[in-house]
Amino acid sequence: MSGDIVITVNGKTHTVQSAADTPLLYVLRNEIGLNGPHFGCGGEKCGACMVLVGAEPKLSCHLPVSEIGRARITTLEGLIEEGELHPVQRAFIDEQAIQCGYCVNGMIITTAALLWKNPHPTDEQVRTALDGNLCRCGSHLRILRAVRRAETLMSGYGGE
Amino acid sequence: MMANRGRQMQSEGKRRGGRRGSGRQEASWGAQLTNWLDDWLEINPDGTITAFSGKVELGTGVRTALAQIVAEELEVSIERVHMVMGDTQRTPDEGYTAGSMTINSSGTALRNAAAQARLVLLDLASKLFTVNLDELVVQDGVISVIRDPQRKVSYAELMGGKNFDLEIPDNVSVKDSLTYTVVGKSTPREDIPRKVAGQSAFIQDLRVPGMLHGRLVRPPSVGAEFISMDESSLSGVPGVVKVVQRNNFIGIVAEHEEQAIQAVQKLKVEWREQATLPPMQDLYTTLRSSPTQDNLLINQGDLEIAWRNAFHQLIATYYQPYHAHASIGPSCAVADVKKDQITVWASTPGPYPLSGTLAKLLDVPPEKVHLIHVEGAGSYGQNGSDDAAADAVILSQAVGRPVRLQWSRQDEFVWEPKAPAMVMEVSGGLDALGNVVAWDYQVWSPSHVARAHSPEQLVAGQLLSGQPSTQFGFSFGAERNALTNYSFPNQRVTVHYIADSPLRASSFRSLGGAENTFANESFMDELAAAARVDAVEFRLRYLPDERARQVLKSAASKAGWEARPSPQRMGNKLVQGRGIAFAWYENDQAIVASVAHVQVDTESGAVCVKRIVVAHDCGLIINPDGLRNQIEGSTIQSLSRALKEEVMFDEWRIKSVDWESYPILTFSEVPDVEIVLIDRPDQPALGAGEPSTTTTAAAVANAIFDATGARLRQVPFTPGRVKAALP
Repeated sequence: MSGDIVITVNGKTHTVQSAADTPLLYVLRNEIGLNGPHFGCGGEKCGACMVLVGAEPKLSCHLPVSEIGRARITTLEGLIEEGELHPVQRAFIDEQAIQCGYCVNGMIITTAALLWKNPHPTDEQVRTALDGNLCRCGSHLRILRAVRRAETLMSGYGGE
Repeated sequence: MMANRGRQMQSEGKRRGGRRGSGRQEASWGAQLTNWLDDWLEINPDGTITAFSGKVELGTGVRTALAQIVAEELEVSIERVHMVMGDTQRTPDEGYTAGSMTINSSGTALRNAAAQARLVLLDLASKLFTVNLDELVVQDGVISVIRDPQRKVSYAELMGGKNFDLEIPDNVSVKDSLTYTVVGKSTPREDIPRKVAGQSAFIQDLRVPGMLHGRLVRPPSVGAEFISMDESSLSGVPGVVKVVQRNNFIGIVAEHEEQAIQAVQKLKVEWREQATLPPMQDLYTTLRSSPTQDNLLINQGDLEIAWRNAFHQLIATYYQPYHAHASIGPSCAVADVKKDQITVWASTPGPYPLSGTLAKLLDVPPEKVHLIHVEGAGSYGQNGSDDAAADAVILSQAVGRPVRLQWSRQDEFVWEPKAPAMVMEVSGGLDALGNVVAWDYQVWSPSHVARAHSPEQLVAGQLLSGQPSTQFGFSFGAERNALTNYSFPNQRVTVHYIADSPLRASSFRSLGGAENTFANESFMDELAAAARVDAVEFRLRYLPDERARQVLKSAASKAGWEARPSPQRMGNKLVQGRGIAFAWYENDQAIVASVAHVQVDTESGAVCVKRIVVAHDCGLIINPDGLRNQIEGSTIQSLSRALKEEVMFDEWRIKSVDWESYPILTFSEVPDVEIVLIDRPDQPALGAGEPSTTTTAAAVANAIFDATGARLRQVPFTPGRVKAALP
């Protein structure tokens, strides 16, 4: 059983050692050693464990690793290209958009996915997209400002 | 280097003891003050500075703020300053990180240490160059002769890798705050680039070689007793290393995290459950009828006569349910229990006190336990982090290997200590002119503090001993802001401490400050409405202090406050209103006023908070952007508590176990928050993590009243309660 599943994470292939029904989160964290996706609730309710599967933001705390197939997985770490932070990551630094930062993974993943699909979302669209991501520190307004700054940074990248 | 050498130590708690209603006692509990310079600062050969603080980073940005203070006083760039915090083998013992006291206590100690270090270094340079002190200048850790800048020497060269080897005198002269260039400037937090890039930043990210994974099988209810378990139910679950069962404590250690989770779900355990909790609908009558220990905070004038002669008498009772800290990341700890050395990595707010408690739990001398703080998710008080450390220690001891112990979401909701439920009753008398002539405030509350000073105060200790306990004989925190800063002629304020909290309770951001302010400031609004006087004007009558008046007026002015009595009379389905609340945190710390603008749907009772304006004076501002971040955060969090949060339970179990049964504010529900910072460079810097958490609930309740005439006296202000209160 072990060794049958191969997944692509942040551009690299990885042969999974854990059981096929292992949630993706634990493979990413404990086998591959990534820190971006966090365990928050284990019940797909808080968004801390989000990753991109293809271009879709997905919760990884229940998703069995066997169901990934050939889809490319991108984590917070994988948004960095050749040492350059993704514009959404830069925007979160520019706006100092975290307090404890435990939830920031899901916030950035959701924002990146949203802005790819919809480069100029309305305020309501941004808030609705982020409603599944819980923040306990109350950094919401900074996160909303970071989304706007990311929008500007990304449109400055030469188009949509 | 062992920074904490034990020289010149004295008990801070003793020196500062007896401060009424203060968090300082708690923040410095057991703390050992050291004035040995090397305990606080090291000048490294590479020109960097290591600064040691016994306080810890709880996600509020104090690591950056403390580095700013050191950089300012030592005159080095902030990039050179590296903070080491909360490590029992490296940093001073500063008790707990609590009560918004880190800037006051650790900040002051580090400022004095840096000032003394700079003096010593200047003195060395003046001898080296045989010039007077005033002929020298410092720039980013390099001292040069003003008239001959070629003659220069760096701090690192002067120190040559040696220690200072001296004490910080009590009267060390520090820089004039008006000349500050680093302190007072918005400084980006050093942790944010790491965290947005997915670098290891949290206790949950810590990996120790050879580490196993632990999860817990908690009893289904607080009073449940272990009867038996069937380990054969785990056959077929791979990777299980050990099921650790000691009395009511059960934990499972496995090779992989998902295996531990699976085993916890599969293990068959028989428990005997008991009804140990009051029915939830009886919570407040239970609190009020419990035996109490009473503290009279003030008894001034002749309240009885004033009350009897009052033209208008008002009595109102306010209710605060249990709240969960509800950290986004459930508690986690890593322990490595070896025969000669025990190492524990934990996100505890009190590394030294916890190391002592864990030593007692393991029955070893305290110096055997090396406690290293690693950041966790925001905790806002005492969440499950100390408990998780004890759980990890027990599991590691049982398997003889390092164990990473991760609580489940349900573990956190059920077993974390809650912010206590409280009842506040206020009686107020007005004379015929609408002046407050009598004010009688009473609060019933369990202790707000039950820190882990002994194993029995940790969940693991209770489960091991089989003695579930909610009472620790430590009554604390309900005084906070029970007393107002209003100049009432006849007033009495009494705190009734309840010995036994139905649910395990401990500190949550501001302790009783938020609940007392909810009651006091709602009642001020009720009196203002009864007197038909504008709420701002009414408060100003009793607020002689100029600083306080400015905070109140700034909030009102920024909010576009239109002076008039409340409520407005409007008959539509959707009605708008505004409300204000004021607090002088701990009566002598930061001063805050909040104005809330709400819209109420009178058909559904739903409250939509549109905008909150906060005016804030915490003396000298260290990091304006960091301060804004704290105020925004505490305003949004306290709004979530006021609108949505209530820990549900029945006579057996806590029923708030996940984000569906304990919902918090979402992005769609978050209002605009506008902040007015009043900087006082000539005044001491005061903490800002808690003060603005106190005024939100009353501002919103007062705004709902202004919009509808409905007075909300019970948190949270759910649509059902709003509808029921509509006139």
